[in-house]
Amino acid sequence: MSVDGWMTGTKTPFEKGGRPRQWAGGFAAFAIAMTGIAAHAQPSDPRKSGTEYLSPATRALQSNDAENPAMLWVKAGEALFNEKPGADRKSCADCHTATVRPLKGIAAGYPRFSIAANRPLNLSMQINLCRQQHQKAATLQHESRELVSLETYVAHQSRGQPIAPWRDARMSQAFINGERHFKTRIGALDLSCADCHDRQAGKQLAGNVIPQAHPTAYPLYRLEWQGVGTLSRRIRNCMSGVRAEPFAHASAEMIELETYLASRAAGMTLETPGVRP
Amino acid sequence: MAAAIISLPAAIRRGDIVTVRALIQHPMETGYRRDAGGILLPRDLIRRFTCHVIEGDARMLAFSAELHAAIAANPLIAFSLKADRDCVLEFQWSGDNGFVHRESRSVRFLA
Ligand code: HEC
Ligand code: HEC
Repeated sequence: MSVDGWMTGTKTPFEKGGRPRQWAGGFAAFAIAMTGIAAHAQPSDPRKSGTEYLSPATRALQSNDAENPAMLWVKAGEALFNEKPGADRKSCADCHTATVRPLKGIAAGYPRFSIAANRPLNLSMQINLCRQQHQKAATLQHESRELVSLETYVAHQSRGQPIAPWRDARMSQAFINGERHFKTRIGALDLSCADCHDRQAGKQLAGNVIPQAHPTAYPLYRLEWQGVGTLSRRIRNCMSGVRAEPFAHASAEMIELETYLASRAAGMTLETPGVRP
Repeated sequence: MAAAIISLPAAIRRGDIVTVRALIQHPMETGYRRDAGGILLPRDLIRRFTCHVIEGDARMLAFSAELHAAIAANPLIAFSLKADRDCVLEFQWSGDNGFVHRESRSVRFLA
């Protein structure tokens, strides 16, 4: 199946030579693309979460909180959220409560532009920024158990919310670049993300169904990982799968790709934490 | 510290057969795998899981399981118990490298 149809609006940010325009033009096209998506977030929506491609057994594991192993990370994340690791003796919970800077629904709007960092950040990076700036604690390693647990705990609070990319002009360039990354052929296999996820979605690849690559359930438990990982980790897996040099965690390119995936999935329901084969 | 999740039905009637689910965060490293540098990863397994029924001073083993290298990381153990008495269920996972994790839950019946 093809998901090109509902994303045609996003082609306009590119001039003839394929160079992105200034942000103003880009953002207008970005907004058009978003309205196009909103109009399609209906029962006839051709978009499918990866959850819909799961075997009944894996799907049952995801949908039962008593069995979903990723709930262990939610629980560990909650404990970390209440710890005071840094020189400031402040826990995340001291600053983020149900009423003060609540984190419910927040994950559905990531990546977003951070004024403090002056660049787009994904949720892991925002959590690390809080550790550094607000807790005076050392930053956590990407994909470390602590950081993934905190992110899973925060993202779980947005379960059931529609993915709502932040409509900010400062994100438009990230979106444009992300779309370009998604459609550029890479690696020894010379395949783009779109080659598999737009054009071959739903078909089999070596025993796996190729999903549409919507970031609807991250961080999630992958049976292959025997643990929980972020969207960046999943993207890095796909990049090494086609024998390309994976984008580094937290690199501008990685966040751009995640920004594009989020807007491509705008309006779809966040299911964190998911389970995948 | 490991995270563990025990789940029991929200509402239990005296005499019900209830499914108990016990999930724990653990690598279940087999001792046969090598890391990226070719170094053997030391075995780190949960070897035994027990559930005791505590009733006053009495402590009775209700369920136990031996775990081995072929069991996935973060194991889920589900079993059934007949809920016929007021009690506390005490769960223990123990294994390599002195690993021990305990949890307990009281069984409360509907009025
Ligand atoms: C050769 C085909 C192929 C290419 C190219 C590819 N992927 Fe994938 N991708 C897959 C398959 C197959 C899966 C599912 C794997 C599984 O379930 O084990 C997957 C899974 C994913 C998922 C997870 C979706 C979910 O529901 O959890 C995301 C996100 C993703 N890919 C993004 C990307 C991005 C971004 C790129 C480009 C950098 C890319 N992929 C390139 C085949 C591909
Ligand atoms: C001293 C107070 C303080 C502490 C401690 C703190 N934060 Fe924050 N947090 C903030 C403030 C203020 C913001 C607003 C943006 C900024 O300044 O970075 C924020 C923003 C955030 C956001 C983004 C919210 C949004 O609207 O996008 C997340 C997520 C977050 N914090 C998570 C955490 C986590 C997880 C921890 C613990 C590791 C933590 N914070 C610790 C003060 C704090």
